[in-house]
Amino acid sequence: MLEALQANEKFIATRILPHLDALEAESIHILREVVAESARPAMLYSIGKDSSVMLRLAQKAFYPGKIPFPLLHVDTGFKFREMLEFRDRLARELGVKLIVHRNEDAIKNGANPFQLGTSRCCALLKTKSLLDALAENGIDAAIGGARRDEEKSRAKERVFSLRDSLGQWDPKNQRPEFWNLYNSRVESGQSMRVFPLSNWTELDVWEYIHRENIPVVPLYFAKEREMLVRGNVLIPLDHAIDLLPGETPQRVMCRMRSLGCTYCTGAIRSTAATVPEIIAELKFFRRSERENRVIDHDQEGSMELKKREGYF
Amino acid sequence: MSIAGGERDLLRFLTAGSVDDGKSTLIGRLLYESNGIYEDQLSSVRKASSAKNVDLDLSLLTDGLRAEREQGITIDVAYRYFSTPRRKFIIADTPGHEQYTRNMATGASTAEVALILVDARKGVLKQTRRHTLIAWLLGIRRMIVVVNKMDLVDFEDDIFRSIRSEFEGFASSLHGAEFEFVPLSALSGENVIRGNGRMPWYDGPALLSALETVPAKAEPNQELRFSVQSVIRPNQDFRGYAGQVGSGIVKPGQEVLALPSGQRTKIKEILLYDRNLPEAFPPQSVVLTTTDHIDLGRGDMLVSADNIPTVSTRLTANLIWMSQTPLHSDTRYLIKHTTKVLCGRIKRLNHKIDINTLEKIEADSLHFNEIGEVQLDLHNPIFCEPYERNRATGSFIVIDPFNNDTVAAGMIVEAMPVQAGDSLDESSAGSRVAQQQGLTVWFTGLSGAGKTTICRSVATELLAHGLQVEVIDGDVIRNHLCKDLGFSKHDRDENIRRIAFVSKLLTRNGAIALVSAISPYRAGRDDARRTIGNFMEVYVSTPLAVCEVRDPKELYRKARSGEIHGFTGIDDPYEPPLAPEIVCNTDQESTRESSSKVVTAVLQYLASKNS
Repeated sequence: MLEALQANEKFIATRILPHLDALEAESIHILREVVAESARPAMLYSIGKDSSVMLRLAQKAFYPGKIPFPLLHVDTGFKFREMLEFRDRLARELGVKLIVHRNEDAIKNGANPFQLGTSRCCALLKTKSLLDALAENGIDAAIGGARRDEEKSRAKERVFSLRDSLGQWDPKNQRPEFWNLYNSRVESGQSMRVFPLSNWTELDVWEYIHRENIPVVPLYFAKEREMLVRGNVLIPLDHAIDLLPGETPQRVMCRMRSLGCTYCTGAIRSTAATVPEIIAELKFFRRSERENRVIDHDQEGSMELKKREGYF
Repeated sequence: MSIAGGERDLLRFLTAGSVDDGKSTLIGRLLYESNGIYEDQLSSVRKASSAKNVDLDLSLLTDGLRAEREQGITIDVAYRYFSTPRRKFIIADTPGHEQYTRNMATGASTAEVALILVDARKGVLKQTRRHTLIAWLLGIRRMIVVVNKMDLVDFEDDIFRSIRSEFEGFASSLHGAEFEFVPLSALSGENVIRGNGRMPWYDGPALLSALETVPAKAEPNQELRFSVQSVIRPNQDFRGYAGQVGSGIVKPGQEVLALPSGQRTKIKEILLYDRNLPEAFPPQSVVLTTTDHIDLGRGDMLVSADNIPTVSTRLTANLIWMSQTPLHSDTRYLIKHTTKVLCGRIKRLNHKIDINTLEKIEADSLHFNEIGEVQLDLHNPIFCEPYERNRATGSFIVIDPFNNDTVAAGMIVEAMPVQAGDSLDESSAGSRVAQQQGLTVWFTGLSGAGKTTICRSVATELLAHGLQVEVIDGDVIRNHLCKDLGFSKHDRDENIRRIAFVSKLLTRNGAIALVSAISPYRAGRDDARRTIGNFMEVYVSTPLAVCEVRDPKELYRKARSGEIHGFTGIDDPYEPPLAPEIVCNTDQESTRESSSKVVTAVLQYLASKNS
């Protein structure tokens, strides 16, 4: 404690910003630029930890004013109940406009990853849904919580990333991005994806959640949950799932490391039940956070392909 | 409380070198040894390595995009992250291949330190020079020259020394730059994290400790520069200016000057969410409030009162050209400088720079990846200084107004102060606009509705499209042409009649006249429409209540308290247009949305008249 305080004083005396403050300053600058330069910005709110951090940054960027854009949630119909409760409560408390978009046709037709495979399921329930929602609401700048450390193809993503009229990303033809001078200009039909958390890592996100006391969905914290154990993967049982012969649900001490749809969000075995315990776990647990997400693994380079099609 | 075990600071560095210098392997090694690689990623690299019949190919960790894996090169700048107990590092991993040099420059623009790779077997190459020069031009003054693949030259002392002296010979003309030389082997790991005695003749630090101890701050403390990003005005009791401190230190009580108005005031508070800060410095993003009311908006600047930047419309600047379409002199481009976007014209190319010899050579044009010095004329003044002195006010980007591409990065070499009587943008009378059809676009609406903001943005866009544009601002007209007039019904009518007369002359001569005036009476505007002919009315319909909250000039407050009389909307009527061509409600839509509606309408109008 004393050591930390002294370190802090040293930073103040030499006017060097600790890394979390430097990241925060950069993100706030980005959020203010999007709002100043785009016609209709919106924040893609996925209810996860990164979205929670983004939301706090947006509060800070415009305080004492209100957050000047709506939140957009693409609901696949397979989200955890705790996530939806959390979402609605937060939007109410902050007084922010919340747009929820579902691809009702696909949901009615029973789209699910078991019959369609993860790529087609994602294309219908997430990518198509997202592009429709952006078009319906005339959104020309969608602010997302993706980080460059998440996945190889994301390491090359710009902060202001141009998408064509079909929402597609062209990784070989990105605009150069200099200093903090972002080029936000789009033709009609094109749109921007803007990533204020580009330079944050998973550890930075949790350290910031801890420092700022930011509420997150309880699914991140370990407790005994009813799980289907299939190979190395723990699958939550929130939505109906066909069991293979010999499979039975088990009580497992576990937590979610990243949140998606219930079917495709594998849990990890963990006893970390508080934010500091999660941070401690992260420092020793050298597995990447998307590992348990079925979605990135279905094909070599699959995230890049999805992004080209318009996925986040 | 800090569970991170004390605070860490942040160092951004870039890595550059030629193809096959072993850059990906070195970064893979840094990440691997500092425990920055996830186990599942490592096991997939192990799998891929054994397919290639090698033990562990660390370069596979960082080659992200399919196209790269297929071609085996790094085509775009990628960002990597790792931490030690002392620092968080952001690596801008930039391409070695010549055709992607612009991406290398991208990485350099935000880095404090450059790590230049040299292959011990090949020595200093053309790309080494190019990258060193780009890093230096972008203001990086601390560079670590890594002589890699020492294992392939038997860790020979002589080879390291001769590369070092060759490099120093080439780099001696880069004044202000400091170089540190580190011999290592990324493949074996020797001297990356620590030395294992293979090079007893080397007594310097291993690479990681060099990175941990190099100062993260490139620039010494300077004069205050704070560009306003937006005005925070949630209610009548609060007005704050949001922005990022570009340079210097700001403290409450400090005397500052507002540009372009020249008003002096003092800083009241420095806010960051629920905290009131004792001071702010780069790169902090804060909200500033002032003790006096000043009229300040996006693109304006707060600066130290005793040390102000140059107010300039004529620049000499170095450009890194990044478009496949070469530079055209005498062409208009959009310039983004600080938080301002304006129209500029590249008047002339002074010379190109040979990146191998640093010599200036004569040239007609700049091509993809070339660097040269230009003369640039701006349509509106900016507040700036040379890039060498101030990165925040010395940098800009150049945007093609037709396809919106970022075509160049610019660094100011010299800025000529604005002289009284300077005519702005002499190119207005160019041959290209001689055939133009004239038009008056008339913005009407309450005080504080947003007329001038939209009008300025429309002017910048139309100028960038090569059109001849004149802005007629009601406030400016009242200080010059209509200085004799007051605010009676008669005087207001006379004011509008004079504005309409001037607009008519301009329109007749093929200009686009953008009029921004409250012009409260319907009859006056209808007269203007009849007189001028080519006329487009834009009703900026922001509700009174919203304008009153904004109150940028504090006129509503004065009208309500009785300090001024006959104020439109309070005790004098505003008659909205019955059939305006365009309606903009700045309460519901953003400046960008309003301005593009008008720009689109004007371009369509001209296309229909000219066809």
